[in-house]
Amino acid sequence: MDIIYTIWLRNMKRYVRSKSRIIGSVSMPLFFLLFLGFGLNSVVQIPGMDENYVVFLIPGMIAMSVLFTSVFSGIQIIWDKQFGFLKETLVAPVSRLEIMLGQTAGGATTAFIQGVIILVISVFIGLNSQSITGFLIAFGFMALIGIAFTAFGIAIASRMDDMTGFQLIMNFVVFPIFGLSGALFPISSLPPFLIPLTLIDPLTYGVEGIRYGLTGSSQINPVVSLAVLGGFTVAMTIAGAYLFRTIKS
Amino acid sequence: MTVAIHVNHLTRKFNDLVAVNDISFEIEQGEIFGLLGPNGAGKTTTLAMLSTMLKPTSGSATVNGMDIEHNEDGVRKSIGIVFQDQSLDEELTAWENMDFHGRLYRIPGDIRNQRITELLALVELGDRKDDIVKTFSGGMRRRLEIARGLLHRPAVLFLDEPTLGLDPQTRNHLWQYIATLNKEHGITIILTTHYMEEADRLCNRIAIIDHGKIIALDTPANLKDGIGGDVVTIKSSDPSAIVAALREPWVSRIEQHNGQVTISLQNAEQHVSTIVTLLNRDGIAIESISIHKPTLEDVFLSFTGKTIREEEADGKANMRMYHKMMRR
Repeated sequence: MDIIYTIWLRNMKRYVRSKSRIIGSVSMPLFFLLFLGFGLNSVVQIPGMDENYVVFLIPGMIAMSVLFTSVFSGIQIIWDKQFGFLKETLVAPVSRLEIMLGQTAGGATTAFIQGVIILVISVFIGLNSQSITGFLIAFGFMALIGIAFTAFGIAIASRMDDMTGFQLIMNFVVFPIFGLSGALFPISSLPPFLIPLTLIDPLTYGVEGIRYGLTGSSQINPVVSLAVLGGFTVAMTIAGAYLFRTIKS
Repeated sequence: MTVAIHVNHLTRKFNDLVAVNDISFEIEQGEIFGLLGPNGAGKTTTLAMLSTMLKPTSGSATVNGMDIEHNEDGVRKSIGIVFQDQSLDEELTAWENMDFHGRLYRIPGDIRNQRITELLALVELGDRKDDIVKTFSGGMRRRLEIARGLLHRPAVLFLDEPTLGLDPQTRNHLWQYIATLNKEHGITIILTTHYMEEADRLCNRIAIIDHGKIIALDTPANLKDGIGGDVVTIKSSDPSAIVAALREPWVSRIEQHNGQVTISLQNAEQHVSTIVTLLNRDGIAIESISIHKPTLEDVFLSFTGKTIREEEADGKANMRMYHKMMRR
């Protein structure tokens, strides 16, 4: 446990010091929220929902912020590889599993905080949830997204030598995961042939879970969302730990 | 004397490239032991195996009595290592880098803090402890890495090219540190280097390594004595003629190489005029002639027929291959 804490602590120190990164990764979902949200607010009417489009969009933007930050945190191991710091950790008398779990905890915490920042801003632009339980449910789903996708990033980083493949992963894996998740539109309004794709997208269940927590309504039963996302998180953690075991410094 | 490191027919292959080829040696406790050789000779691969970062293809080794394959954690706890490439977190302060290391090696908090203070003072970074490493010079970073490597009180310290890329003044300074650590704290040190001077000044014993094999192993003094006295180097347009002209009983060894003739002999000062006379008699033009006491460079040349720099030019192709393979 103390090793996991040590690696988590390093991640936190780095996070707190990287002001530009914090602002950078808050700005994108925030701009989406402002431009897309307010821009389409008067045009878009979500079927079966009383709230306006901005409120619909908020859970999606929180999920987006957690998703991008966590994948990036996981992939950051490549930096450690390139700057040589990974060697220092790998040659210590600690297990690879502890290192991987520490890194996952650190990345997930970072991503979670980024999500909370968006959530707090949302309160000022129209989110009016009074329910503490609702917030706790949203927090739970945010944490799961954070853990799952940090582990996903670590799994990818374990197989990559440098950052050249990063853009590729972002464009062809992470962005589709975000786009298909129902963060921007209700999944029921998609053409039928796309619906299976959204249903195999793990983030869909995260967005739906957060939406249930914050707005009280969702298209997928929150228990189902929890089960699917929870299962995906466990699977990703195992996959990340397995691939990290063989990482080369 | 107790054995600190025992290496027994250690071999490491990367596909077809044999990076380390059946090497065996022993390092005693309290020694400074040098692995000297050109880049790509297999020094770093040897250290990587001894520090459990890389599995040997065949052969075995023990560090402080523990097997490198069967007791990885035991070996890791008992060694400190300073890598060839920097391995600090530049975003953290000197203190935080030390603290991270101390926690990874599970050193209790109060002892950890006390040792960090001591070690930072030892490497003269006490007043910079709260500065971000990014602001440190190359020499300061190296010192910090050495301090970090000592934090968990290892019995053996591995230094991979400790002064690579540092200016002469910092290099001198670091040599003093390393010698002090060895003398006052009794730490066994194994270092790799391709600087002849570094090996000569610091090491009690040196293994000269080339193409993955140990080609000579002895004290620097014995290695240099093995050359057979002093060294006379003659530059000429016709080196083969010189070799032919100087078949004299007092020449213990004569070799030509790159337009230069290297002659080993006792009491060179007395014979140099004879050499000049002999060459003049045969009408061989001398571009330059010099006499010097043998250096490790001469030792390397006499064993390999090449200077270490030429070997490095050859070794670079190997290094590239090696790096590619390490990444697989």
